[in-house]
Amino acid sequence: MWRFAGKRALAALLVLFAISVLVFLIFFATPGIDPAARIAGRNASQETLTQVRASFGFDRPIWVQYGLMMQHLFINRDLTSFVNRGSQVIPQVMQAIPVTLSLVFGAALIWVVLALIMGVAATAARGTVIDPLILVIGVIGVSLPVFWLGEVVNLVTQSRLHDTVFAWVPQLGYVPLTDGVGPWALHLLFPWLTLAVLYAGIYARVLRSEMVASMNEDYVRMARAKGIGETRVLIRHSLRTSMISIVSLFGLDFGALIGGAALLTEVVFGLQGVGKLTYDSLQNFDLPVILACVLYASFFVVLANFIVDLLYAWLDPRVRHV
Amino acid sequence: MSEPLLDVRDLRVSFRTRTGVVTAVDGISFTVGPGDVVGLVGESGSGKSVSMLSVLGLIDNPNCVIEGQALFKGRDLLTMSDDELRAVRGQEIAMIFQDPMTALTPVYTAGWHISEQIRAHEKVSKKAALARAVQLLDAVGIPNAADRVNSYPHEFSGGMRQRVVIAMALSCNPSLLIADEPTTALDVTIQAQILELLKSLQSEFGSSIVLITHDMGVVSQMSDRVMVMYGGRLAEAGPRREVMRNPLHPYTWGLMASIPPTDGTRVARLAAIPGAPISPGDPDRDHCLFSARCRFVSDACRPQPELVEHIPGHFDSCVLPFADRVELRRQAMTPLEVAP
Ligand SMILES: Nc1ncnc2c1ncn2[C@@H]1O[C@H](COP(=O)(O)OP(=O)(O)OP(=O)(O)O)[C@@H](O)[C@H]1O
Ligand SMILES: [Mg+2]
Repeated sequence: MWRFAGKRALAALLVLFAISVLVFLIFFATPGIDPAARIAGRNASQETLTQVRASFGFDRPIWVQYGLMMQHLFINRDLTSFVNRGSQVIPQVMQAIPVTLSLVFGAALIWVVLALIMGVAATAARGTVIDPLILVIGVIGVSLPVFWLGEVVNLVTQSRLHDTVFAWVPQLGYVPLTDGVGPWALHLLFPWLTLAVLYAGIYARVLRSEMVASMNEDYVRMARAKGIGETRVLIRHSLRTSMISIVSLFGLDFGALIGGAALLTEVVFGLQGVGKLTYDSLQNFDLPVILACVLYASFFVVLANFIVDLLYAWLDPRVRHV
Repeated sequence: MSEPLLDVRDLRVSFRTRTGVVTAVDGISFTVGPGDVVGLVGESGSGKSVSMLSVLGLIDNPNCVIEGQALFKGRDLLTMSDDELRAVRGQEIAMIFQDPMTALTPVYTAGWHISEQIRAHEKVSKKAALARAVQLLDAVGIPNAADRVNSYPHEFSGGMRQRVVIAMALSCNPSLLIADEPTTALDVTIQAQILELLKSLQSEFGSSIVLITHDMGVVSQMSDRVMVMYGGRLAEAGPRREVMRNPLHPYTWGLMASIPPTDGTRVARLAAIPGAPISPGDPDRDHCLFSARCRFVSDACRPQPELVEHIPGHFDSCVLPFADRVELRRQAMTPLEVAP
């Protein structure tokens, strides 16, 4: 297991390196754009341009440029925004990351737990009306557009019923975890639920079909032949093996959400997360911010994948030896 | 004779399907005595697995209808509650399936599987169960049992995995073991080893075995009694010696002709019987089901012939005159000339 983790970690580092090179090449080795102008900021003076050229080595070989860029990004952390001159990029990103992480982690926890409950219940109730009913509820959740659902939730909790039932719902926005777990969770509760509804149905569906298929496997029949109770067969044999396919799905979705795919939820609920930051920077081609967002986001995506890989190996002993 | 361990009476199993009712088992009766090894032979689809699975309530299909009686130590398994049945499964009647590659849950170790089996029926600590797992693995001939108890199924070869399954099946000392083609998925030398193992364990623990197979060779090597199934019915049943030396039913003749040569070369499965097995969904069943493939078919094959005890203990369901059987068998079992 440790060797497996070591190998995976090494692979993750390589992937990070490859991403950074690729992103760098796309933005700085593409003919036709003057990277110095993009970094120096809007309407920069000739002087600043020359200084940026020297500091980023744009007149030197490409690998030196890459090295200097990484130094500015990760060591000096002094890259400034193209649009808002003087505002440093890295602190912006560092502020956005906890917001997105909080949103996605919480939502993921909720949707996984929901999916497990729904999937197991549907499998246990297969052959009755409860099974398709659970799945239909899941599909309805999946097909609601997130911005619409979010707006409806806001309408209800922030205005229509805010004076009565939902008086306890705080204003939109993010409160850091350092202000206390209670306020943090309360601010994020509806964003979590909204995002979770989007995924729980799909996960429940996949889990249910995996579990129902495994109920016909030899090992489930063998488990029954051993005289084990049906609940234990369902949980310890069928669910346990079916979780493996959920985990690979989870790795993809979780990584994408952390990397910015939670944009719509962030916008609807007024959360300044990575998705929102990336979107804004793309709007006005703010190259330094884009660069920082992409690289920092990719770090978390790779980290999430690494954790999922470990989870995978922990769940499935066959993987550990590959 | 002592009271039988398992006494199956007029067992019928059918499935309601979209295309009609499929009769998988069509009124079979048999007994298994204490310490008996009974071979259940027949081609694919003859209802061997379904008959034994239905007895243990292991057919997980709401469209399955099971009728008849299956008395185990005097109690009818078919009318037991789920809880009562669960207490019997694994503890009193254990089962081994055909494919050892898929019979173990891939995410658990051999020791986990065995201790789960033990702890399902006995109140023992995990540690004690695991210690017993090591002994059992050792008893079924797994080298380094103390280490291998922590191995996962994919770390064993097919033959070793079947040994793990056997160790698991025997861990509660069941009085009846149902082995559903335990060696079909294994290659010939491993097959022999596993059969040898079953035999020695059987004589050591004294449990009865129902051995399901499509291979007459395996039956002749292992069992005390033989039951030949065709189309969900018994074609012939009797003591092994009797059936092997003096088979009475034309279907059995076909099966006998298909025993592979003892030098180990493998031949195509049951190549000797021409024609395809009957379809269990065919509603016309009031005749000898084998007649469509039988060289000696006549009008007497309809309606369905009874199972008759021509020789004490030796039953068959063929209408051919008993006196002529030896001569007809000689004709049937000399190979036909193959047209060029
Ligand atoms: N769930 C089911 N639905 C419909 N028909 C079924 C079902 N299960 C089994 N059958 C039918 O019952 C018949 C007997 O099947 P069974 O598995 O007992 O055969 P078998 O003698 O064990 O054959 P094999 O040597 O291939 O294992 C088959 O013809 C099959 O079509
Ligand atoms: Mg079978």
